Amino acid sequence: MDVVLDNLDRIAGGLGVTVTLTLASWVGAFAIGVVVASFRVGPIPPLRVLGASYVEVVRNCPLTVLFVVFFFGFPSIGITQPPFTSAVIVLSVYTGAFVAETVRAGVNTVARGQVEAARSLGLGFTQVLGLVVLPQALRSVVGPLGSLFSALIRNSSVAYTIGLVELTLTANQIALETAQFVPVFTGVALAYLALTLPTGLALGVIERRVAIRR
Amino acid sequence: MTGTPVVVLDKVNKWFDQLHVLRDVDLVVQPGEVVVVVGPSGSGKSTLCRCINRLEAIDSGSIHLDGRPLPAEGKELARVRAQVGMVFQSFNLFAHKTVLANVTLGPVKAKGVAKAEARERALALLERVGIADKAERYPAELSGGQQQRAAIARALAMEPRLMLFDEPTSALDPEMIAEVLDVMVGLAAEGTTMIVVTHEMGFARSAAERVVFMDDGRIVEAASPERFFSAPESDRARDFLSKILAH
Repeated sequence: MDVVLDNLDRIAGGLGVTVTLTLASWVGAFAIGVVVASFRVGPIPPLRVLGASYVEVVRNCPLTVLFVVFFFGFPSIGITQPPFTSAVIVLSVYTGAFVAETVRAGVNTVARGQVEAARSLGLGFTQVLGLVVLPQALRSVVGPLGSLFSALIRNSSVAYTIGLVELTLTANQIALETAQFVPVFTGVALAYLALTLPTGLALGVIERRVAIRR
Repeated sequence: MTGTPVVVLDKVNKWFDQLHVLRDVDLVVQPGEVVVVVGPSGSGKSTLCRCINRLEAIDSGSIHLDGRPLPAEGKELARVRAQVGMVFQSFNLFAHKTVLANVTLGPVKAKGVAKAEARERALALLERVGIADKAERYPAELSGGQQQRAAIARALAMEPRLMLFDEPTSALDPEMIAEVLDVMVGLAAEGTTMIVVTHEMGFARSAAERVVFMDDGRIVEAASPERFFSAPESDRARDFLSKILAH
């Protein structure tokens, strides 16, 4: 494992990029997911169709394809972004589709009476959604959202295809230089685990803390 | 009585698919009046109640509140709903909010009342319904009777022109029914305009100004409680009363 210890600073650098990329993409994915889920449960037909189309298109494309299309294809229609920004956009859009479906499932668990009570108070659609439905819906899907976050950490490695030097590409570079693939990728696997395992534990704590007493 | 009636229903019809649940329903409720709607299950009385704040849309006829037609879904309807308190059979308190937050939500978010003021008024209302000590609790920590009293406080916090009660005691254990009815009797005595769908004949007798008997989607008869309970006019009402008062 000397090769890992010798390159600890580079691995730490790659890990930093992976963490930043994951967090930034999660913010984007969560925002997209909540908005798209709101479209899908809302009363405006064109927005419902838009939301449904988005989800079906995005989640049925391989992530690698989305990366390649955005980074290498979109410049031809005038959209050019540096690798990190591109990766944040692609991962946000991709994960956002799954967040949307998860949030929508959560919305469906909220009792109808909750909505009727909120409407009876004179709250508008957006208020009913934001103040009553989503707070309860999100609490009920903390577990599945955590799985998506964990998947996002791992999916961030696909940014490697557009040359973003995150953890996986860093590992590949070191491995090519040293010809020691097994120790390098074992070390990197441990680094990913160091991110995903605590996430799972933290999730259990969050889930218990926000649970609605029924 | 003079002045604009709070509620006017004119030839209201409502279908659920093939089922004709409201048939040419006419009803006028004056300010300060307490109208109790009784009738067998499936007679349309809950639907009637839910149509008045448009939780259910009607298919024909018209509903006027304070002389104005009930608007279609949208901002204007939200404004009307803010003036109509609704109490549900299953309480429907917001499960993720404390009792106090349940009561302040409407005034703060729908009416723009300042938080401190809303809180003060909410505490006074909780005091009035006898659960001031539960203000910081969550709905699931309360008994059914306490939850329903909290729900009444939540509706009252909007200072409504009209209170609708949709079988408010039907989900409660017998010993909790009284504590909820006590609150409702108090409201009636203070002159609150109320439409109450209920099976509680004791409440109808003591608090109603008018009893409306529904069967099969129609208002079969409407009379003062004295007349309705002692000398019902229709066979259907006599039959209903003989069953419900037999024990």
